[in-house]
Amino acid sequence: MNIQEIRKDFPTLHQEVFGHPLVYLDNAATTQKPQCVIDTIRNYYEKDNSNIHRGVHSLSERATKDYEAARETIRAFFNAKSTKEVIFTRGTTESINLVASSWGGANIGKDDEILITHMEHHSNIVPWQMLCERTGAKLKVIPMNEAGELDLIAYAELLNERTKLVGIVHMSNALGTINPIADMIKQAHAVGAKVLIDGAQAAAHLPTDMQALDIDFYATSAHKMYGPTGVGVLIAKEALLNAMPPYQGGGDMILMVTFEKTQYNELPHKFEAGTPNIAGVIGFGAALKYIQNIGFTAIEKREKELLDYATKKAQAFDGLRQIGTAKHKACVLSFVLDGVHPHDLGTILDREGVAIRAGHHCAMPVMQFYKVPATARASFSIYNTEAEVDALFEALEKARDMFA
Amino acid sequence: MFSLGDLYQQVIIDHTKAPRNFGKLEPCSHDAEGFNPLCGDQLHVYLQINDDNIIEDVKFEGQGCSISTASASLMTENLKGKSIDEFEHMFDAFHEMATADMDTPPDEETLGKLAVLAGVKEFPSRIKCATLCWHTVKSAIEDAGQPARTE
Repeated sequence: MNIQEIRKDFPTLHQEVFGHPLVYLDNAATTQKPQCVIDTIRNYYEKDNSNIHRGVHSLSERATKDYEAARETIRAFFNAKSTKEVIFTRGTTESINLVASSWGGANIGKDDEILITHMEHHSNIVPWQMLCERTGAKLKVIPMNEAGELDLIAYAELLNERTKLVGIVHMSNALGTINPIADMIKQAHAVGAKVLIDGAQAAAHLPTDMQALDIDFYATSAHKMYGPTGVGVLIAKEALLNAMPPYQGGGDMILMVTFEKTQYNELPHKFEAGTPNIAGVIGFGAALKYIQNIGFTAIEKREKELLDYATKKAQAFDGLRQIGTAKHKACVLSFVLDGVHPHDLGTILDREGVAIRAGHHCAMPVMQFYKVPATARASFSIYNTEAEVDALFEALEKARDMFA
Repeated sequence: MFSLGDLYQQVIIDHTKAPRNFGKLEPCSHDAEGFNPLCGDQLHVYLQINDDNIIEDVKFEGQGCSISTASASLMTENLKGKSIDEFEHMFDAFHEMATADMDTPPDEETLGKLAVLAGVKEFPSRIKCATLCWHTVKSAIEDAGQPARTE
């Protein structure tokens, strides 16, 4: 894997910020987009722009073909059983809300329990809280330890016959922890619970096999995988989707409408009301092909190298406390620095051209666990280099001196 | 271009490290909480306002970045002894300073020492850090009963 060649694919990386070369370390928020994704989206708008699934003209046929080809790319990428299981949404958040609203509304009652982990993103907390408020069901939380690893003994104790759904983040955006979802799914299934995996953070860093893992519901977003914003996917078992009521009503999700009754469309269209983000979906497909061309073996190896390099530097840096030190983690270096608030770090680093995230990372319960208001987070991707990690730590030194 | 030094002036660093009037004011006549949902900054301001509408005392506590802490610290120093009318005048001047275009000089006559925060307008993502305490005091005085927010 040649990092310099990969960097050439990403036009955004080649710019200066305040006179310094951009060091983009906010990949957990969103990754940059390779030229092939940008070209795919531009090509759609320049040549094929039209609505899908209804036009009889050439443009619509081409757009429909590309849109459905992207669905197949995504199916294959996650090894779903069929394209009927691949539902396009606006992103992970909408995918989870779809499940909470449609499946949850039909299957959750007041004596039921929903189990999530302490390290969930707000998008895998709030929809379940809303469902619990509507139904009277209980929301329970799998605790974690100081390193940011789930307490699997507590998990086993929390599971019971009232547990109807377990929501687990595959990789924590705030900590970098990769959760042992294979075992956790088996345990959940043993008590009859369904499992939703939030794959937003993990999907660009490690492979996910829907069938091997036996995942019931899987949600992820294109923009964290080198694809465009505003598009994502819900992948779910066909039998579950078939039994679920539609999430939104409108065009494309129907077979036949009269004022008396509407007959819903087949999967996956039943869950795709309205004109979708056609360019986004086609761009999503191009992004997954980009990842496949590099391959997860190379990605995982390279990203581990870089995280190890950064972690060693962090351990040697005076006054720096890492937040999230799980044995099994990827690509995220979350930390606090004595005497310098993360937001001030963010501003000072920006002036050195280094882009990081400062804040609660939409995971406020994680901040509460570590008793910090916020953390600074550097998150890495395939195009980052050791020199960029060095630039990060040089900028951190400047920040520390400023407040010394 | 404003440099980092324009934002993080020594007086701001000093107030960050040793915030003035930090803590709870008991008893107090007015108080309110302020949140900046973007960064998780939390602030609680306490005011003792007498029958003549004069702010006799003001304190704050909470967690925030250096800009939000220093801004609150400087604000409390400057509000003691001021009338509510004067507060409102200062609120407007501060808001104007933090959001005006670069060529508009701050109203130093009204703001005095607070003008050291003028640098925030060059840092759009930090303006709310500086204004949170002012919104929180406004909310306390108006007895809105709702926590102040910056968005």
